[in-house]
Amino acid sequence: MEHEIIYVSLAAAFGIFMAWGIGANDVANAMATSVGSKALTIKQAILVAAVFEFLGAVLAGGAVTSTIRKGIVDANQLADSPELLIYGMLAALLAAGTWLLIASSKGWPVSTTHSIVGAIVGFAAVGIGVDAVKWSKVGTIVLSWIVSPLTAGLIAFLIFESVRRLILQQENPLEKAKKFVPFYIFLAAFTMTLVTILKGLSHVGLTISVKDSYLLAAAIATLVALIGAFAIRRIQPDPRHEKKQHFYTVERVFAVLMVVTACSMAFAHGSNDVANAIGPVAAIISVAKNGLVGEKAALSNWVLFLGGAGIVTGLATYGRHVIRTVGEKITQLTPSRGFAAELAAATTIVIASGTGIPISTTHTLVGAVLGVGLARGIEAIDLRVVGRIVVSWVVTIPAGAGLAIVFFYIFKAVLPAVM
Amino acid sequence: MSNLLENLFGSSPVMPLEQHVNIAYRCTRELIGFIDAALAEDWDKATEVRKTIAALEHEADNLKKEIRLHLPKSLFMPVPREDLLELLLVQDKMANLTKDVSGLVLGRRMVIPKELAANFRVFVQRNVDAAKQARKSVRELDELFTTGFRGAEVKLVTSLIETLDNIETETDDLQASLRRDLFKIEDSLKPVDVIFLYRVIELTGEIANMAERVGRRLELLLSH
Repeated sequence: MEHEIIYVSLAAAFGIFMAWGIGANDVANAMATSVGSKALTIKQAILVAAVFEFLGAVLAGGAVTSTIRKGIVDANQLADSPELLIYGMLAALLAAGTWLLIASSKGWPVSTTHSIVGAIVGFAAVGIGVDAVKWSKVGTIVLSWIVSPLTAGLIAFLIFESVRRLILQQENPLEKAKKFVPFYIFLAAFTMTLVTILKGLSHVGLTISVKDSYLLAAAIATLVALIGAFAIRRIQPDPRHEKKQHFYTVERVFAVLMVVTACSMAFAHGSNDVANAIGPVAAIISVAKNGLVGEKAALSNWVLFLGGAGIVTGLATYGRHVIRTVGEKITQLTPSRGFAAELAAATTIVIASGTGIPISTTHTLVGAVLGVGLARGIEAIDLRVVGRIVVSWVVTIPAGAGLAIVFFYIFKAVLPAVM
Repeated sequence: MSNLLENLFGSSPVMPLEQHVNIAYRCTRELIGFIDAALAEDWDKATEVRKTIAALEHEADNLKKEIRLHLPKSLFMPVPREDLLELLLVQDKMANLTKDVSGLVLGRRMVIPKELAANFRVFVQRNVDAAKQARKSVRELDELFTTGFRGAEVKLVTSLIETLDNIETETDDLQASLRRDLFKIEDSLKPVDVIFLYRVIELTGEIANMAERVGRRLELLLSH
């Protein structure tokens, strides 16, 4: 492999740029809900995001990465000309990055996941041949883009409705909150750890039996819930603020819960979105190293590590500003509502990550917020934005695909052949 | 660059509505000082207070426009947009009426007959009390949204509205007795002054009526 270095460094550069973009922009959506509800300060949010995005990427990001890497393009079609996959994946990274740049400068609600999947499908279908795309897999992915916001919305609706009945509508909401919130904490921690253990850890080389997985998840969740319960017990009513807002102290109890769901959200985001940047890089590396489309080649952990580091860098350099501005704007999402949205979104995303399906974390979160809204939990939701999401959803796929096709032919003409 | 999530949340009318009722109440509250000045025929003082009233009414008006502007039809809210706009309108009328009453009294340098003075002052006070109770009820709006207009919070608001209704009934009785008192002495006064005295009594009484309608509007929200 004479040109291995060129390809790998190009891929790494594009991949890191993409990861940086995800950290700078997408993470803000995952974290701003916690900042907006004042459950976390900006500094705490960045710390939580950095740690859990990274953990999510490394511990549970493997399955989605391998879908992006080898689940969409049929490698058998490329046995004779593996370099096409390199050009294509480079083109896809550049196309998705370019499209995201255009879209965010115009303020369109575009998803990283949609861009990268559209770009990969585009270069494969046009640059290689329509048969080179695993259409059934692509079909599943596109369907999941509709299903995931709906699922998150439904879960959020149910969670929030239960909060309302069990706590908010009661005569003594504070007492009820202190009683029930630890159970919600258990639920959040249990779901996250269980999915990670069941679906994610095999990529890191750990295998635990199903029964042990449940026990381990329950043990970890109990521990988290106990810590939460301890923190909640220390919360005392504040009559000065209570006079203005009767639910002031109740919301402070929920804020403890929201710290847990914020961690879950960051973890879920890392587990799904790191693949958008790192999947194509992993594909390029395995071809460039082995000279063939190595379907069997294992994913090197350092690539996931690289992606996680890229996201955290994006978060630290630029994402903090986005988190602040978004957080200040969405104060309607009090902890009692924000946790419902976050828990629903994080659960949906982590399950998708475990199954290896790349979904849009932002759209899933929007679905969850709408679910809380449908439970009459949010004071005002602008439905025009929901319309814009649907439009950009439809536009992003051909746009990503078109750009990827153009870059593909440019790379094919300019870059040296692999063999 | 704008963010998807921040745009998703339309600007909530809840806190602005609470702010608006607060301004409207503060406006009506000035009426007590104004009437005291008028009863003492201290027109400099009355002019001064009237300025404050006009400024507060103006402030309420601006906030009303601002709230309306930020309530587009595309907004999805737990309660109908129309009901909130109607609530806003009746809140605003409390301030408008205060301005009307003070304008009328000051413009004509109206002297309230001393036979009526004591009762009239109580009447004004109770109307202002009604506005205060309306404010107290509207201030529960954010809690109502939090609980989804159900449960313990609804009971609390219902009892606040009950008190509001009682105050309003009281102002009705006061108004009736004021009119009777005025009727007894009206022959001794200039007919035009009498007409305007009736008018001032009526307009002042409308403040409590509007406060009561604030309560009715809140009740409508509860029934959703």
